[in-house]
Amino acid sequence: MNAPILVFIEHNNKKVADVSLELISEATRLAKKLNCEIHGVVLSHNAAEELTQLGHYGCQKLYYVKDKRLNHFSSVPFAKLVTSIIKKHQPQIVLFGATSTGRDIAPRVASELCCGLTADCTKLEIGSHSIKDQTFDNTLLQIRPAFGGNIVATIVSPESNPSMATVREGVMKLNHPETNKKVEIISEPCDLSDSDFLSEILEVIREEKTVDLKQARIIVASGMGASTPECISLIRQLAKTLGGEVGASRPVVDAGLLGKDHQVGQTGITVRPNLYIACGISGQIQHMAGMSEAKRIIAINNDPDAPIFKIANYGIVGDVKDVIPKMIKAYRG
Amino acid sequence: MGALNIIVTVKQVPDTHNISVDAMKEDGTVNRALLPTIFNPEDLNALEEALKVKDQLGGKITVITMGPPKAIEVLKDSLYRGADEAILISDRKFAGADTLATSYSLKCAIEKLGKYDIIFCGRQAIDGDTAQVGPQIAEKLKINQITNIINVEEVTHESITLRRQTEYGQEIVKSRFPVLITVTAEANEPRFPSVKRVMMFKNITKKETEESYDETYLKIDTDRSKKYITEWSADSIGADSIKIGLAGSPTKVKHIEKVVLTANSKNMQDIPNTEVGICALINELKNEHIFG
Repeated sequence: MNAPILVFIEHNNKKVADVSLELISEATRLAKKLNCEIHGVVLSHNAAEELTQLGHYGCQKLYYVKDKRLNHFSSVPFAKLVTSIIKKHQPQIVLFGATSTGRDIAPRVASELCCGLTADCTKLEIGSHSIKDQTFDNTLLQIRPAFGGNIVATIVSPESNPSMATVREGVMKLNHPETNKKVEIISEPCDLSDSDFLSEILEVIREEKTVDLKQARIIVASGMGASTPECISLIRQLAKTLGGEVGASRPVVDAGLLGKDHQVGQTGITVRPNLYIACGISGQIQHMAGMSEAKRIIAINNDPDAPIFKIANYGIVGDVKDVIPKMIKAYRG
Repeated sequence: MGALNIIVTVKQVPDTHNISVDAMKEDGTVNRALLPTIFNPEDLNALEEALKVKDQLGGKITVITMGPPKAIEVLKDSLYRGADEAILISDRKFAGADTLATSYSLKCAIEKLGKYDIIFCGRQAIDGDTAQVGPQIAEKLKINQITNIINVEEVTHESITLRRQTEYGQEIVKSRFPVLITVTAEANEPRFPSVKRVMMFKNITKKETEESYDETYLKIDTDRSKKYITEWSADSIGADSIKIGLAGSPTKVKHIEKVVLTANSKNMQDIPNTEVGICALINELKNEHIFG
C-alpha cells in the first residue's frame, strides 16, 4: 500500500466542519488513482460520536489527540501536534481546509517540515511532472486562482514530502455518506509542555450565521448595479417569494450594504444552487468563479455587454427595479 | 522597561484588483511591466497598527521589505506615514522565491536586526493571497503567532490583547512578547502620509559605491536627519544560498492559464423585459422544477 493521504479534521462545538468532510470526499477520489488509504487527524478535548461520520465519507483511520488543553485553537500547539503526526505516519499528501484555522497552522507545519504548500486550491488532480531529466509520477497537482483571479495556476512540489494544500470550503463535492463504513480511531499522545501554549484565550464570541448560502437552492444576488435600498428590498422580496436566500457581490459587501455571510465568489462562498439570479452584477471573474456552477443562471443588467451574460442561461437587459416586480407577479401568477 | 521594538513586513505588489486586458497575455502569463505597483493593502493596515501602538507606548518601528530596488517606494511611503527605520532586502539570488524561501530570507533579516517585541504583517498580499509568509516567519523564529486580527484591544509593555475573526465568530486572545500578528483590512483605516515627513524623506536617493555593494545605504538627502534606509544582500543577512530564491522554493509553477469562463448552456436565451417575456420564463422554470 502506498503512503496515505492525511486530512486535518476541524472540529468545533461537537461538530465536524463541512470543509473536513469535503476534503475526505476529495481524498477518496485522489486515493483511487494513488492506491492509498485516507487518514484523518483531529485535535480536541471532547470529540466523540460525531467522528464516526468521517468513516461514512471515506476516512479509514483517524489519529485522535485528546487533551483538555486543546479545548481551544492555539497556533503553536496545534502546528506542533500535526507536524509530529506527519513525521510519524509519513503521508504523501496533507490537506487542510482554507479556514482561519487551516490557513494559520498549515504554513507553520510546512515551514517546520520544509515542504511545499499551496493555498486556497479549487481543484486537485494527480499527474506527473518533470524537472530537468527526472519525472515524478503520481504527484499532486494543486490548482488555484492567482493574480486576483485573473489566472489559474497549477502548482506542484514533487521534490519535497509531503505535498500540502489548503482548500476552500464549498469547492469540493461531498460524497454520498455510506453509513456502513467505519473509521478506526487511533489514540495519539499529546507531547506538549505548558510553555507551548503561548496564547491565552480570554473570550470566545460565537456569531450565528444569518444566512446559509451553501444550502440554498435559489439565490437572488445583488451587485453594485442593484445596491440601492430600494433594489435590495426588491431582491429580498423576490428571494422570499421564491423561497431563496439573498447573495451579494464583493463590492456590495465591502460597501457594508449586506453582511459578509451573503458574499458569493472567490473571497466569499462558492455556491451551486438550482437557480442563481444575478441582479445588477457585471460579472467580475472573481464573482463568477463562485457561482458559475449554478444549474441555471438568470442575469439582469442594464448593460447588454456585461460579462455576466456570457455565463447566463437567460439574459434580461433592463433595470432591476423594473424586472423584479414583473418576476414576482409572474411567479405568484 | 525598555522601549518597544516593532517590526512591520511590507510588500510592493502589482495592482491585481485593476488588471487591464492588455496586461494579460494569451498564454496566461502577466506582463508585469504594464501593471501599476502599489503598497500591499493589508500591509498598510499592519503599519497602521504598529503606529497606533507607538502612539500609545512609544518605541521604534522598523519596516522591512524584500524585493527589487523599485520596492524602495513602499519603504519611503512607510517613512512618510511614521516609520522610524526602513530596510530593503534585495538581491538577484532572491528571485523566484515561494513563501518558504521568502519567509526564510525575512527571518534572516529580522535576526540580523536583533531585538523585537512585535512583528506586524498584513494578513495576505493581493498578488498571491496565500497568507503564508507571516506564520512561516513566526515558525522560523520559533515565536507565537496570532492571525486574522480585526482589532487590537489592549497593549502594554509586556503583552498584547487582540480580537481575531474566525468562521465561528470572534476570539479575544492575549499573548506575551515576542509575537507575530497578521492584520486584516477590517482592523483600521490607515493614516495618510504626513506632509512634513514627505518633505523630510522624499529626496532619498540610492547611494551606491562599487566597493560596498553588499551593504549600500540609501541616504536621506537632508542634513537634519542622520537616518538611512539600509539595503541588505543575501550575503549580508547570512542567508544560506540553497534556502533562498528558486533553489529554496519547493513549490513550482507547472502551468498557468487565463481564466475563461464558459457558458453552461449552449446559448444564452434573450428574455424580453416585458410581462409576457418574463411570465414565459417563470413558467418554463416552474415546468422544469427549478424552483423545487
